[in-house]
Amino acid sequence: MRRAPLEIVEHALACARKAGAGAADALLIQGDTLEARVRGEEIDFVKQARERVLGLRALMPGDAGARSALTSTSDLTDAAVARMAEETVTLARATAEDPAAGLPEEPFASDWQGLDLGLSAAEDRSVSAEARIEDARRAEAAARQADPRIVNSEGSQVSSDFAQVVYGNSAGFLGAYETASHAIFSEPIARQDGSMQRDYWMSVAHRLAALEDPASVGRRAAARALRRLGASPVPTCEVPVIFDPITAASLLRHLVACVSGYAVYRQSSFLAGKLGERVASACVSVIDDGRLPGGLGSRPFDGEGLPTRRNIVIERGRLATYLLDSYAARKVGGRSTGNAVRSAGSPPSVGATNLWLEPGERSLEEIVADTPRGLLVTELIGMGFNPVTGDYSRGAAGLWIEAGALTRPVEEITIAGNLGDMLADIDAIGSDLLWLSRVAAPSLRVARMTVAGAA
Amino acid sequence: MKPPAQASALHFFREHFGLDEQRLTATLDSVLERRIDYADLFFEHTTQDSVVLEEGIVKSGDRHLEQGVGVRAQNGERQGYAHSDDVTVESLRVAASTARTIAREAGGGGALAVAANARGARDLYPVAEAPTDVPVQRKVALLEEIDRYARRLDPRVKQVMASCIAQHRQLLIAGSDGTLVGDVRPLVRLNVQVIAESGDGARREASYQGMGGRHAFDLLLEPERWRPLVEEAVRIAALNLEAEPCPAGAMTVVLGPGWPGILLHEAIGHGLEGDFNRKKTSAFSDRLGERVAAEGVTVVDDGTLPGRRGSLNVDDEGTETQRNVLIENGVLRGYLHDRLNAKLMNTAPTGNGRRESYAHIPMPRMTNTFMLAGDDDPQDILRSVERGIYAVSFSGGQVDITSGKFVFSASEAYRIENGRLGAPLKGATLIGNGPDVLTRVSRIGNDLALDRGVGTCGKDGQSVAVGVGLPTIRVDELTVGGTQG
Repeated sequence: MRRAPLEIVEHALACARKAGAGAADALLIQGDTLEARVRGEEIDFVKQARERVLGLRALMPGDAGARSALTSTSDLTDAAVARMAEETVTLARATAEDPAAGLPEEPFASDWQGLDLGLSAAEDRSVSAEARIEDARRAEAAARQADPRIVNSEGSQVSSDFAQVVYGNSAGFLGAYETASHAIFSEPIARQDGSMQRDYWMSVAHRLAALEDPASVGRRAAARALRRLGASPVPTCEVPVIFDPITAASLLRHLVACVSGYAVYRQSSFLAGKLGERVASACVSVIDDGRLPGGLGSRPFDGEGLPTRRNIVIERGRLATYLLDSYAARKVGGRSTGNAVRSAGSPPSVGATNLWLEPGERSLEEIVADTPRGLLVTELIGMGFNPVTGDYSRGAAGLWIEAGALTRPVEEITIAGNLGDMLADIDAIGSDLLWLSRVAAPSLRVARMTVAGAA
Repeated sequence: MKPPAQASALHFFREHFGLDEQRLTATLDSVLERRIDYADLFFEHTTQDSVVLEEGIVKSGDRHLEQGVGVRAQNGERQGYAHSDDVTVESLRVAASTARTIAREAGGGGALAVAANARGARDLYPVAEAPTDVPVQRKVALLEEIDRYARRLDPRVKQVMASCIAQHRQLLIAGSDGTLVGDVRPLVRLNVQVIAESGDGARREASYQGMGGRHAFDLLLEPERWRPLVEEAVRIAALNLEAEPCPAGAMTVVLGPGWPGILLHEAIGHGLEGDFNRKKTSAFSDRLGERVAAEGVTVVDDGTLPGRRGSLNVDDEGTETQRNVLIENGVLRGYLHDRLNAKLMNTAPTGNGRRESYAHIPMPRMTNTFMLAGDDDPQDILRSVERGIYAVSFSGGQVDITSGKFVFSASEAYRIENGRLGAPLKGATLIGNGPDVLTRVSRIGNDLALDRGVGTCGKDGQSVAVGVGLPTIRVDELTVGGTQG
């Protein structure tokens, strides 16, 4: 017999209490997924699954704080859950008392039932695998037919995920919501003079109807691969660097890691101790909003049952808040900002919900036209960011700018600087905010960075 | 004497899930109701635990159980895959019917009856006690000792984060060609991260070190093993407090032994994976027999090294792992294959079909990838460089297999001037072109070392444990991405 999701969470909490836990919380995620890839004319793979996983956290209050442990399992039989609760308590007893550990003191979300954040569409549940595969075929065909130089591909991929999330804790909160995610992704390969270039384009949304047209995804992917043909390094120099919305979003992901309350109390962020200070150019405002309608990171309550909300992280260049869950809030002072994220297999931590850089007025073309000589970065590879110091150095590919015009593709170069300096040196922000994940940005220009390339 | 991994795994799945030869054969038969070239079942039961220390105390522990089955059907280039965390007859039936939908035509043959054979009978990683059975108290005590030791070593140490992870993975793989293989895979790992602060509080630097492999957890508890690791973490964090900004531009680079083998993994290894070459999307496609590296350069991928993190008795399709020569004395000799790509390229699987878990389709992946030693004295190699950088450790890398461009980031590097080591450098990033970087290897040291057992490789959203290795080598002209022009 399979129990219903809410029942499993209640059962897990009851077992934890019985096993001796002073406080507990439990998260169940039940998902149905479909993934398929078409390459050329053929289906490459089709993958389907239904999965359930339960995470249980036990807290054992003592004189100097609470001991805690977390377990997760995909074996959801009653006996297995009871055994797991006992293991969790045993494991917690082996840890040390932590004065900051515990369930939140902040009021739990009470309005989650009435919210419609546009996280799924009922009609999408009945979409067939065949219909989604047809989308992949259309994207693949459009990419392959875009230009004779598109000779190959890594394929065009679609996915549809439906999940039910149930969270409950021993302080009386029990909430649930459904969320869906649909994506389409195309990755063609262009060839010219014996050398190959790949690139991609994609679209992601909670509702199928909000996805970009498959043929358009394929064509844009092809155009991105084609414009990289013939790329070569440029000599080492210092120039303005423009990040397109995809690469600009990666800078914001680095920023998220550095404004997380965990990095702050661990002193592993270059932004620790900078609250209220000027950390970016005055044109920079960064917002995190967990209730953005249709937002890829929207949810009615966070990983601790607290209401999600809108936070201004950077306000016209000034660091206005760190992102906090209740634990990080106790460590750095303040209240949770509703940014607890957790999976069944990990305790709460801090993450962005929907986080973006406020767009400006100008198009990317206008910013390029306003750049006498510089680099437009369209892809970054490697892991060259150090959150402790802000030091930044990554492999890049993109387009070279001379006299305000894109002149030729470049690759095998690195761009380097320090994220703190880069944020302060942002002197142009585009109007082209693009949501491909829960962290998004428009194009932006950093006044000066070191580009390393040929001798 | 414990039974070998093979027998132990077969016994476990029979006892816990009623998976005997008959039931496995019947499920495979049901996939083959349509015209299918090959079908397989992958059962997994994994327990994992970890404890984490920060701010001087072990604040929490966690433990996870992951079990399930993946059912795969192959027809030409097409693969159908269904997985479930529910290992019951009913779930298997549903998964089998989902997986076979990729075949258009009805009617195939039946599956051959599965039977255990000699494959997987060897055991590269026997352990007397599953790492997850080691009492958590001993793990907690280890981390507390590490914290005290690190802080004692240097007063500039401000934060110590340490964790240990233990995994016990039991697998059963059954294929429609009669394959029936089991494996029991231990995996352990110790991580130490240190943050040091300069006396005046003006600079702060972190350093991360780790070690592990497929062996008993007890090895991690030995002070003669973990102490050098902690010393290394403290030394590098303190060293980086003095580090200077890295120069930018093309220059000679000397790579130290061991973990810098990540260069081979990124620049060469991924480009030699069979799927990219079957699809001809790799910069190395159609280049077998061609010179892709300097004379003297031999690169192998070897899944058979006892106890190593990247080693496997059998891959995740039940093929025995082996030692594969990828580049022999500078000439490209072979690709890495799983079953599907080997078949489509008319060659034999090389034991490199790997998957993250039962929820993933296998792909060609690396195991332990390294360059064989040469004759040069490492000190002579350093002395041979007039101006350049010496990169000893790296924090990670990435490659675009189509253009061949790769990048990786040094976490410990020094300037070389007139053959002598100079100031430590921070933020050195190396970028190059996979197909030609090894053609510029001009010296190869006699000091081959494998990494300490910390590599995790990501591809197409799947993570697997890997190893790398390298002797000291000199590469003439690599682009170094620093801030000083």
